[in-house]
Amino acid sequence: MKEQWRGFTGTHWVDDVNVRDFIQHNYTPYDGDESFLAEPTAATNTLWGKLQELQHQERAKGGVLDMETEIVSGITAYGPAYIGEDTKDLEKVVGLQTDKPLKRAFMPYGGIKMAQEACTTYGYTPNPKFDQIFNEYHKTHNQGVFDAYTPEMRLARKNKIITGLPDTYGRGRIVGDYRRVALYGIDFLVAQKKADLANCGCGTMTDDIIRQREELADQIKALNAMKVMAASYGYDISQPANNAREAVQWLYFGYLAAIKTQNGAAMSVGRVSTFLDIYINRDLQEGTLTEAEAQELIDHLVMKLRMVKFARIPSYNQLFSGDPVWATLEVAGLGIDGRSQVTKTCYRFLHTLENMGPSPEPNLTVLYSSRLPENFKKYAAKISIDTSSIQYENDDVMRAEWGDDYSICCCVSATQTGKEMQFFGARANLAKALLYAMNGGIDVKTRMQVGPKLPKITSEYLNYDELMANYDIVLEWLADLYVNVLNLIQYMHDKYYYEAAEMALIDTDVRRTFATGIAGFSHVVDSISAVKYAKVKPIRDEDGMAIDFEVEGDFPRYGNDDDRADKIAVWLLKTFLTKLKKRHTYRNSEATTSILTITSNVVYGKATGALPDGRKAGEPLSPGANPSYGAEKSGLLASLNSVAKLPYEYALDGISNTQTISPDALGHNEGERVNNLVNVMDGYFDQGAHHLNVNVFGTEKLIDAMEHPEKPEYANFTIRVSGYAVKFIDLTKEQQMDVISRTCHKTM
Amino acid sequence: MTNQGYIHSFETFGSVDGPGVRFIIFMQGCPMRCLYCHNPDAWKMNVGELKSVDEIVAKALRYKNYWGKEGGVTVSGGEALSQIQFVTALFKAFKAKGVNTCLDTSAGPYRDSPEYIELFDELMRYTDLVLLDIKHSDPKAHKELTGISNENILACAKHLSDLNKPVWIRHVLVPGITDTKEQLEGVKKIIDSLSNVKKVEVLPYHSLGIHKYDALGIEYKLRDTPHPSQESIQIACKILNAAVRD
Repeated sequence: MKEQWRGFTGTHWVDDVNVRDFIQHNYTPYDGDESFLAEPTAATNTLWGKLQELQHQERAKGGVLDMETEIVSGITAYGPAYIGEDTKDLEKVVGLQTDKPLKRAFMPYGGIKMAQEACTTYGYTPNPKFDQIFNEYHKTHNQGVFDAYTPEMRLARKNKIITGLPDTYGRGRIVGDYRRVALYGIDFLVAQKKADLANCGCGTMTDDIIRQREELADQIKALNAMKVMAASYGYDISQPANNAREAVQWLYFGYLAAIKTQNGAAMSVGRVSTFLDIYINRDLQEGTLTEAEAQELIDHLVMKLRMVKFARIPSYNQLFSGDPVWATLEVAGLGIDGRSQVTKTCYRFLHTLENMGPSPEPNLTVLYSSRLPENFKKYAAKISIDTSSIQYENDDVMRAEWGDDYSICCCVSATQTGKEMQFFGARANLAKALLYAMNGGIDVKTRMQVGPKLPKITSEYLNYDELMANYDIVLEWLADLYVNVLNLIQYMHDKYYYEAAEMALIDTDVRRTFATGIAGFSHVVDSISAVKYAKVKPIRDEDGMAIDFEVEGDFPRYGNDDDRADKIAVWLLKTFLTKLKKRHTYRNSEATTSILTITSNVVYGKATGALPDGRKAGEPLSPGANPSYGAEKSGLLASLNSVAKLPYEYALDGISNTQTISPDALGHNEGERVNNLVNVMDGYFDQGAHHLNVNVFGTEKLIDAMEHPEKPEYANFTIRVSGYAVKFIDLTKEQQMDVISRTCHKTM
Repeated sequence: MTNQGYIHSFETFGSVDGPGVRFIIFMQGCPMRCLYCHNPDAWKMNVGELKSVDEIVAKALRYKNYWGKEGGVTVSGGEALSQIQFVTALFKAFKAKGVNTCLDTSAGPYRDSPEYIELFDELMRYTDLVLLDIKHSDPKAHKELTGISNENILACAKHLSDLNKPVWIRHVLVPGITDTKEQLEGVKKIIDSLSNVKKVEVLPYHSLGIHKYDALGIEYKLRDTPHPSQESIQIACKILNAAVRD
């Protein structure tokens, strides 16, 4: 055994890259309570104070503190940089994306136009030489995609039946196994990749082999660059980390390489807490670390994760509001052997929300099971009630699918750590597709023929069978077009914007999933229910287009635990996924789907006409898998039961549900609230539901924060939205109104 | 008929009416007319939706997962005792399924007669906990506040004490009506005369039901009554030795 591995047990992980095996042999489950946790150190308070001041300046400057205009970002593009020169010795974890804190890097490979626009939007002028370099000498991902798009694809994109596509930004959602840097050091990882290169193909140069060989070479370069970057901060990461501080630092250097090279929509950190706990535990036992120092390490890592920034364009910010990066980081979960993976370091990560206040990043995720230790469940519930900053995902359903060492690679989507990558593919608007089914494939907003040329439905009342026959044709067309658009995008992304640093920390023989998504879910369900159970009369204009609807009679709605509506929901999910799965997907990836919209429900809604469920033209769609606004008539648990009926196996990319509970409705005091919230989650997840965002506050607070964003108590006021957390005052007014109008569960 | 009852509505996530997470069944119909009532739409008798015991039990059991060790069902209102035979049948069915039952009542329909007590005791056989509202300690003020005197309510409290049935006493704190020291001490005296009180809850008055009055065209007489201050809530909790709220 190497000296750095002293005290560790196990054999497989010693010879091969196998972090899971290392964890299983060496971690210490913890089922005690939070009383061991330490307060922030003086250094943490100083640094966090400084960072808050910088964040304040950033907001005052309109959302961007500083931008790069001269240097193209890369792993070694900058020398060392710190939160502040005078406080750099206080930083237990070092490394910034650029040469200054919160300064946003210039990242042109996803699209030079977007990189330039991001600068000019905030009053910066990028060096004109980049124009020539990335247009004349070499092209970027975005250009590649648009060179190859068919007219039909452009039309679908323009009409926003498929939208939010990663053709103007990095696809993200690839989680390097950053723990590998700490456990093995770079040299071992390079040797492994070199061996893979030597064994790549038998000499026959097919497309696949050529591409794989080139990618491996890029991965090795990225690994070597990580060493150079670390050396500039005075660290030699060629060898394994020797103690907890190094383990945190090595791991962060791996992640830093990723965020210096990619501006993906989601740049997740992964499942690191139980891994790091092993190092912290060893140091505590060796007497080289105190609890206060252990907490300080985690606080400082989290502080760095709160600083991740990318330069974005306005249209991106409309889709993903509030400057999110999805530095998603998981705690808890159970092992396949039944042991809890909750460690003291899982507590330490959640405790950062107390030591440094609420924050949207990192996107802290509890991998939940009713079998987690009661103490931990209660602590997590308490943190939710106090900060509304964490989300919960059902470990019991994900473990069955992905094992016990998966990470969350974006907002809610699972991926096997170090063994898998995901092709992210935004979402298709199935509500708009329903309108195409009535209107002969013509878009009611633009009046263009976008979908298949079907006869328009002309009957006075919509006939269920006729509508469903047409809808099936439209969905078949949409699934086909959608998959092919994504095939093309993923091809170009691999070609022009390959994630070498992340892929270097993932097995060469990688499993690939092909993530699609659904928008407008609840509205389609309720609209079909209206046609089936009530009488729906379209209001048609002179062109025979259905522009509004009158509904006679009542009909069941999704969100009330009513099987009549909920069965339509299950049908819709299964139907769309089945159509997607029929198609060839790029690099033989596995097609999955999600019911998850992020904040794009507002933008998607704007482009969608009125629907039979009563939603008016242009109104926001309901986010994720949430029931529609006002549809939930039987309280929170009925709503949760409806969502829990959606089978996770058909939406492996995630089923996002966001619920806001008024503190008064959760219990009379903290003890009651904690117990009740734990009971809610146990009940929800034991039914096989996938995800829950929990917000605990009243509508009054949101309204006050919208009207008085300057109040100090709202500076860090964090709320969960579909799939992530955001500072409420960073949302656009429109999105704030949308959040406020959503059901807040309270009892009277 | 005892197998069907008039239901006002259901709440699947009740967490403030009894211990733990509870399924709340709001019964339709109430003989009292409390000035601050936030469910005036539940006053009228013999209207609303008729539901059977089986229907309600099946519906409630969909939420069993969420109840944990403490939770269960609460029948509230309206006034639960206005349909006492139906509620008895309902609780009997719930107990057969091992569900914790909680009766939330103001005891307006309670009568100190042998016939009524027989009915009441039968209900108590299937009731785990009673949440009993004491609206006011003074009979005259009680009548002004609720439309009826409090004698039968106090008789109910005494009877529950004799039965040794676990009870939580709930008292709504209304500025200018129930927040005087004298009144609160009167309530405390009533509580002290009982031997079965497990918990006392002070419920601060709120005006969330006001829009229902407007919709129903009923005059809302407390329009100018403010919500109680934190300070007065703390004082009331102290006098009544009530559970702390935060």
